[in-house]
Parts: sequence; structure tokens; C-alpha cells
Amino acid sequence: MKLYILPLRFTDNNLLGELSSILSDVFKLTVSFLQEPFSLKEGYDPVRDQFNSTWILSRLLERVSDESCKILGVTSVDLYVPVLTFVFGEAQLEGKAAVVSSYRLRDELYGLPKNPKRLKERLQKEAIHELAHTFGLIHCREPECVMHSYTYAEEIDFKSKDFCSTCSVLLDHKKKQPPS
Amino acid sequence: MNFNKNDKPISILVVDDELSVRDSLTKWFTEDGYKAGGAADANEALKKLQPGKWDIIFLDIKLPGMDGMELQQRIKSIDPSVTIIMITAYASVDTAVKSLKEGAYDYVTKPVDPDYLSHLVANAIKQRRLLSENIQLKERIQELYEIDQIIGESPAMLKVFDLIKTVAPTDTSVMIRGESGTGKELIARAIHSNSARRFFPIITINCGGLTEGLTESEFFGHEKGAFTGALYRRKGKFEMANGGSIFLDEVGNIDAKAQTDLLRVIETKQFTRVGGDEIIKVDFRLICATNRDLELALKEGKFREDLYYRLNVFSISIPPLRERRTDILLLCNYFLEKLASSINKPVTGFSSEAKERLETYDWPGNVRELRNAIERAIVVAKGSTITVDDLPIPLTPKAVAQDHSLEAMEKAHIKNVLEQMGWNITRSAEMLGIDRATLYHKIKKYGLRK
Repeated sequence: MKLYILPLRFTDNNLLGELSSILSDVFKLTVSFLQEPFSLKEGYDPVRDQFNSTWILSRLLERVSDESCKILGVTSVDLYVPVLTFVFGEAQLEGKAAVVSSYRLRDELYGLPKNPKRLKERLQKEAIHELAHTFGLIHCREPECVMHSYTYAEEIDFKSKDFCSTCSVLLDHKKKQPPS
Repeated sequence: MNFNKNDKPISILVVDDELSVRDSLTKWFTEDGYKAGGAADANEALKKLQPGKWDIIFLDIKLPGMDGMELQQRIKSIDPSVTIIMITAYASVDTAVKSLKEGAYDYVTKPVDPDYLSHLVANAIKQRRLLSENIQLKERIQELYEIDQIIGESPAMLKVFDLIKTVAPTDTSVMIRGESGTGKELIARAIHSNSARRFFPIITINCGGLTEGLTESEFFGHEKGAFTGALYRRKGKFEMANGGSIFLDEVGNIDAKAQTDLLRVIETKQFTRVGGDEIIKVDFRLICATNRDLELALKEGKFREDLYYRLNVFSISIPPLRERRTDILLLCNYFLEKLASSINKPVTGFSSEAKERLETYDWPGNVRELRNAIERAIVVAKGSTITVDDLPIPLTPKAVAQDHSLEAMEKAHIKNVLEQMGWNITRSAEMLGIDRATLYHKIKKYGLRK
């Protein structure tokens, strides 16, 4: 199975490189970067000054035709879904596409000094989390499981990059199923 | 995954005409492990609604056609237990407050903070779980009353159980007739526990023990300063029973003034506290009990006829124990098991002679006397079996008196009970089912001595 990563207004190549490596390791996927990002203009809401993550997902889906592929958009813009004030990312449950944003994961947004290491950790955790949704995994009650849902950036630091034993078994099981 | 206590996934329906809101919320809830569904308008929501199908419904206040407020009422009429959370596009406090008054659990303003949404759903689930546990506990208590306290398999008692089941769900006034010690209060509680009023209190008024002059205050309460010593406002029994049942025990014993008061509150379902002028409206079901011959009291003019007909709408007569002897051993075993464990004595059965004695005795004090006899026997028993010697029953009960007049029988019985109880007046009065003053009066009347 192949995973495509499409950077969308995301320029930190070091972060992208490390992200690619860990996603390949965790999901046992072949990872490739897609070039030619699409414009986010249409997904922008000037009133909220945010970008609609559901719209981004629909555009990502247009970039992959192969049923056995996954695609992950990585962006630095602030994401939202209409009913929520913000999201760290969004994914198609048991689908192909996911998007994750570094915007609200940055310490400087909360009045703290920059912390590149922490940003890297958080971004990796959220990318694993969203990508696992595309395999059909839902949120987990285990606080340290990567599938635990947190709504504050600092809470993401509580959880690990690993799946708990239950989610791990579920992921293996889901990966063996044919794509829906 | 999020499960309720029955391991059924929590289900959430999102009713919103905006596809993006519907989709993003259902997706959010699905990812959180809930079973989620969506409906674009009131019609679709009502089609998807069945009692018990949805635990929580997120409902947009502004919907095309029937709006969210109206739909909320329709939903509640179909499934009163569902938790409704209103969604509003702007902070319309008036509408939101109105929806809360109509029974909504809470409301959210779009866009909602994800953390707030998570907590809101978690709290709603917690509240539902508590409510469900509360109902289950109350049902358990009800079961205890049904199963644990009224014992009997005789045809006479099976008929009583049938009558309880028939009358309990109605709001009809019930008169329970039966000798002292037959368990009239248990029957009253069983009626209450099997009625729709079971989640409200059953308040007992022992009419035989009312203090003259204070009956009105006992019934209706009083305001501060209503009479000397009334330092604070006090609620009366009828006010406390609001929504539930009033059990008037020994109703045949109330005086003329109390009969008038009682009739008025039964007819109007309202009263004023003593010393007050505020009209208090109450909703109660009336259950009465007596061991007196009310019909005779009517003839003698001691009981108001209009009150009699108000109270005696549905009558249940509990047979005395001597008329249902097949229940005696059943009751003995029940009390033995229950009391031996509470007294912590390893008494497990009865000798055959003891059983025979228990079955042939007339039990004038009925089940109460039987219970006390078993308790005493457990205390004095030396081994694991209760023998005849342990039983506080006269050896020749049928030859207690050569004189078979009622008075002689009563004298002999009172003397017997007093001796069994070591002349403890309180316990003897309890066993006889009369108050202490009456017992003293009878001791004096019959010239009984230690």
C-alpha cells in the first residue's frame, strides 16, 4: 500500500522528511511526496480566517485514483469544520484522505517560545491519528494511545505515538481488509 | 469506544438542515465511538425516531418547515427519555432558555469549541447513566416490596395480590380492611410501589395516634406563630405527599373534626396551613386502612357517611392468619431465614412438633405475632432447630379459657402476651397491635398482675 503526502503551504522539509519516515514505519507503507499543491483559496473563510478541512479533503481525493492508496495533506494553515471552532486535522473514516495542520500545534501560538522538537512530536502524533482514521480506527479511551482524542495542543503531549494493544490489533485487522 | 452500562453504544442523532454541520458532527461522534445518524429536517427526524432508539439528539433551532422548538416537543412526546441538545447559529439566549424550559438538556452555539462539545456529550451521557441507575434502583426497591415483604400462597392471599395488581395502576382510593397484625401497611406500600406515583413518597398518618388538637397541624402543617410553641413553619403530611400517596392507618379512629378536614381536602385537593391563608394545592392518592367496623360506626353516627363513601371506593380485605393456615409455615420459614441471619444465630429449621404447634395456633395477633414469636424462638433456641419449648405459644391454646366469651378470651390472650414479653408494656402492646395507653387500660380493666 502506498501513502502520498501533499504539502499544502507547508515549507519545513525537515519536518516532512521525519514525518514521512515515521508514517512509513508505523503503517508499513511506501511513502511518496506529491508535488503541485492545489490552491487553498476556495477553502478559505474570510470571516473565520480559517480553511475548511472538509473542502481540503475533497480536493485531496481528486489527486488519488488508486483505491489502495492513501493521501495525507500536511498544512500550516488553521483548519475548521463548520460546526467546530477549529480542528487539528480531519480524515475520512475508512477512506483514503486525511489532512493535518501544524497551525495550532505551535507553542508560540500560546505565548510560549518556539519549540521545534515539541512541534515535530505533536505533528507526528496527529498525522498518525488522522491516518489511522482512514483505516477505520476510532477514538480510544486509553489516555496514552495515539488514537485518544485531545482538544488542547498541550494535551497531545500526554499521549504517545504508539497504538494501545487493542488499537494495534484493530489496525492490523483493518489493514488486511480490502479497501471499502 | 463509548458504551453505556448495557454495553449498547450511545446513539446520537444530529438534526440540522446544513449538510456540512450534519456531516461534521456525525463524523465527529462516529470517530468518538458513538453510533451517529443525521436528519435534514423535522420529517426525516420523526421518521428516524422510535422510543429508545436515540440517546441524545442534537437539534438545530432553525429548521425549514417545523422549527426546532416545535420538533423538540414532538420528540419529547414520542420519547420523553431522550436527551436533547439544541444547536443555534447565533447566541439567541431567549430561544435557548425557552428550549431549556421545554426540557432541553443544554444548547450549543455554532461554531462550538471541540473541547466544550466533548465535555457536553460526556456530561449528558453521565446524566443519562445516573438517571437509568436511579430508575433501576427504584425498580429494585419496588421488587423488594413485592417479593420480599408480602408472603402468601393461599388462595385468599392470591386473591389479595390480584386485587393489588388491579387497583395499583389506577388512581382510585383504596380501603384496606383486616385485623391487627395482618400487614395492612405492607399492602398499602405495595399498591403505591406498583403505581405511577411510586417515584413520589407514600406518607403514613397513624390516625390512632393523633394528638387531639394537633390533628389539623399534622394534616396540613402550620405557619410560624400559628399557636404557642409554633416557632417555625411546618409542612403537613398532605403537603409532603404531593405527587405520591397518603396512607391513613386506623382511619376509623379519627374524630369528627378531623373527619370534616379530611373530607374537605379529599374533595378540593387543596388546603391552607394552620395560621396561614395561602392555598396549597396537592395531588395525592388516598389509601386507608382500618380494623374497625366502619359500617357499625356509620350506623352509630360516629363516622361520616360522605367520608365513608369517599374512602371506601375499592376495598381489599386481608384474611386473618387463622383463615389461611397454609401460609403459616411459609411465613415461619421466611421469618426464620430473615431473622436468623440478622440475629446471627445458626438456626435453620423447626422440629415437627414445633411446626404442628405453629400451624394449629390461632394467631390472634396475626403475622405480627407470628414474626415476634419466631424472633423470640430464634433468640432462645439452643441448637439449630426450633423446638416447641422455644415457642412462646400456650400449650393448650384452645383450652385457655373455659369461658368462651370474647372478653374472657381477650383477658387470657393479653395475660399470655404480657407473660411472654416479661411484662414489657411496649413490646406487649406492639405484639397486640394496640397502643400502650390502651394496654394499660385493659390491664386495669381485667385486674391483671405480674
